Amino acid sequence: MQKKRAYSFPDEVLEHVFSFIQSGKDRNAVSMVCKSWYEIERWCRRKVFIGNCYAVSPKMVIKRFPEVRSIELKGKPHFADFNLVPDGWGGYVLPWIVEMAGAYPWLEEIRLKRMVVTDESLELIAKSFKNFKVLVLFSCEGFSTDGLAAIAAGCKNLRELDLRESEVDDLSGHWLTHFPETCTSLVSLNISCLGSDEVSFSALERLVGRCPNLRSLRLNRAVSLDKIANILCLAPQLVDFGTGNYTTELQPDVLSNLTAAFSSCKELKSLSGFWDVVPAYLPALYPVCSRLTSLNLSYATIHSPEIIKLVSHCPSLQRLLVLDYIEDSGLEALASSCKDLQELRVFPSDPFGVEPNVSLTEKGLVSVSLGCPKLQSVLYFCRQMTNAALVTIAQNCPNFTRFRLCIIEPKTADYLTREPLDVGFGAIVEHCKDLRRLSLSGLLTDRVFEYIGTYAKKLEMLSVAFAGDSDLGLHHVLSGCESLRKLEIRDCPFGDKAILANAAKLETMRSLWMSSCTVSFGACKLLGQKMHRLNVEVIDETEPPCSRPESCPVDKLYVYRSISGPRSDMPPFVWTMDEEGTILH
Amino acid sequence: MSTPLEHDYIGLSEASSRERSSEKIPCSSSTPSIEDKTSTDTLLNLKETELRLALPGSLSPDRKLSLLRTALDSNDKSNGFAVYPLKNLVSGAKRGFSDAIDGPNGNGKWVFPMNGISDVDLAKAPVLASPRAVPAMKEVAAVPLSPKSTQDKKNPVPPASKAQVVGWPPIRSFRKNTMASNSAKNSDDVAGCHYVKVSMDGAPYLRKVDLNTYKNYVELSSALEKMLSCFTIGQCSSSGFPLRDGLSRLMDLLHGSEYVLTYEDKDGDWMLVGDVPWEMFTESCKRLRIMNGSEAIGLAPRAMEKCKNQN
Repeated sequence: MQKKRAYSFPDEVLEHVFSFIQSGKDRNAVSMVCKSWYEIERWCRRKVFIGNCYAVSPKMVIKRFPEVRSIELKGKPHFADFNLVPDGWGGYVLPWIVEMAGAYPWLEEIRLKRMVVTDESLELIAKSFKNFKVLVLFSCEGFSTDGLAAIAAGCKNLRELDLRESEVDDLSGHWLTHFPETCTSLVSLNISCLGSDEVSFSALERLVGRCPNLRSLRLNRAVSLDKIANILCLAPQLVDFGTGNYTTELQPDVLSNLTAAFSSCKELKSLSGFWDVVPAYLPALYPVCSRLTSLNLSYATIHSPEIIKLVSHCPSLQRLLVLDYIEDSGLEALASSCKDLQELRVFPSDPFGVEPNVSLTEKGLVSVSLGCPKLQSVLYFCRQMTNAALVTIAQNCPNFTRFRLCIIEPKTADYLTREPLDVGFGAIVEHCKDLRRLSLSGLLTDRVFEYIGTYAKKLEMLSVAFAGDSDLGLHHVLSGCESLRKLEIRDCPFGDKAILANAAKLETMRSLWMSSCTVSFGACKLLGQKMHRLNVEVIDETEPPCSRPESCPVDKLYVYRSISGPRSDMPPFVWTMDEEGTILH
Repeated sequence: MSTPLEHDYIGLSEASSRERSSEKIPCSSSTPSIEDKTSTDTLLNLKETELRLALPGSLSPDRKLSLLRTALDSNDKSNGFAVYPLKNLVSGAKRGFSDAIDGPNGNGKWVFPMNGISDVDLAKAPVLASPRAVPAMKEVAAVPLSPKSTQDKKNPVPPASKAQVVGWPPIRSFRKNTMASNSAKNSDDVAGCHYVKVSMDGAPYLRKVDLNTYKNYVELSSALEKMLSCFTIGQCSSSGFPLRDGLSRLMDLLHGSEYVLTYEDKDGDWMLVGDVPWEMFTESCKRLRIMNGSEAIGLAPRAMEKCKNQN
């Protein structure tokens, strides 16, 4: 009997169909349907996202996906942002660039997060990819303005250069002049992280002037207010603008020029920057406020009355980043003017002070939760909290996808009842069924983890600090949170038992970070021995873990799944536990 | 390698934990079934079971003594104790676990009491404060681990800029540095950070230190020494034990005169560290470099001159 084919689409048709499927997750699913779909899919995959650069090797990626045009890589663990990962840990992009230079001559986009990028890497990018268009370096380090000059000079079709929050070595302010006069393709330029002297303003003006498609421009602090008007007049088509220093010496026409310049920007929807704000110049923004959907005032040291004035002009605001100078009163005003608010981030103006310097409490967040029904994403630094407030917030905002609360003093209890905040966070996970990201703080027992394990079924990322009583807490999370991908823990009494009991779970996650916990070196060795597809890295800057008894807790532990085995670029203070129980280095 | 039983951790084998009659569990039992579904039951029983998980330093005195004797007798690597950290075992200084024996909660349980600083928290304090925050080690009491501070905020208040726990509150460096330069302009009390890069000749990468965490040159240099040791530390052989070579190189670096500490100031000049008052140094230092002694010869006279000009 003849074997009937289940379907008889030619490959080209399937490829065409697949081209409509953009998301990596969906593509992965498609590739698992059957062998022929796997084959077709891999040849037409153009975009690859690699959440952990050590989970797979460049050669493996290239072998499976030979025709990639866009790659996104992430390097260091998230806690590197808070200086918990020692310098030199890793996350080097050069090996990737070297391999891709040979295999992907038509590569167009490279997006990196928390990686070490050297000038050599940047020069190689500029040289190797003739059609290079997009470079995003998010929170990266290791390169200087020389590398940027190479990119500017070498990438003839550059569309996007975004250096957000990266650390750049200032060697020369004139790298911008390396953009040839023929370069008119820029769509997005973000140099907000550069230091004071790293930009030649005249070169910047000329560049902006000749790029008609420029939609997003974020300047650095060196650019003062009087210069902004010129820039805006050169680029009235901007959709996203980051000011430099929002200050200048008092001159007669600055305000009127600025107001006129902003008025000419009919498409402007997003503003950021605002270092050193002089409140008198804020009214220049009024012409654009009604259209603003995103406002980042998180570096602006203006106080509540000025913030309220500004924000009340922005009824379409969807995203607000602000310092805690906004205070409860400002948040109340926000709640009544900005009904479309989806994301709120409140940063501390004086995080290391002992006494609160502003009147920002749990009440502010409660007001916003009450007044803004579309609120989905919250990052909130404050000094006090109650279970009752959290329960109210949870009930008001069942649509939360991201909830990060940082009560500045570790182990702070509910200030009214003196109880742990277990019930409050429990309410958050219980009501917010779509919660994907959660950061905990305050006084918390194992109970909160029981709630999390029971309810937080869609939770993908959890950050924990100074919480819990015993391994049971960690066990609840590892055994209950089905969607968990990233877990980062510091200063919690979690040890061997929970990890070893849930070792298989770790292979379903991207990574686990534990620092200043009580996981013993012996457990790490065992984990590395038994779980061959996990890289178990022990980080200790003071002395080798093998010089102490095995029951000694390790300082820092980073466990991540990988199909390329232990990495070969570890610094002296990182040890990995491999299959034979030996410690590689 | 056979470890003394007292140093075993539990949780290896659910089978053996179920039949747990004695407290001591052999380290290398048969294949641990780490995915055992009854693990929950076992874990839940933990609170009832008196677990004596010997924290280093919490050993009975004669046990300690015999270990010490063993270590001293055989400079043999196979017992797992290198000479180098031995002093830590005896003095308990490194981790402060010796505090655990006599502490208020010295019952040996793994459970952390909810409302007090447990001994292990105390022991953790030095670990929390990474080499970059050396002063924090000296102010363990001020490290905000104690709920006491939440209860009586009005009472004896620690100094205005309290010892900082590394990486807490979780604020990104970019933001911290920006805030630091804001407050430097505005107020007297700079609570921010002043990160400078530290490069060392011959080292493969840069380090960063926060100058605000040190009060004087002594603190800075001891932190840098610790950092130096990072570059030579833990050269473990394939069997996982520290090599003697690593140890002797470390000693050379610490006590020898191979390296000289220099810094780049606001004017871009390289100066020897230590010539100017500490405050002046922190204000003008942009980055640090640990140079080979031979290269630093030309620096001294300039540093003196510059000082004279400034004063």
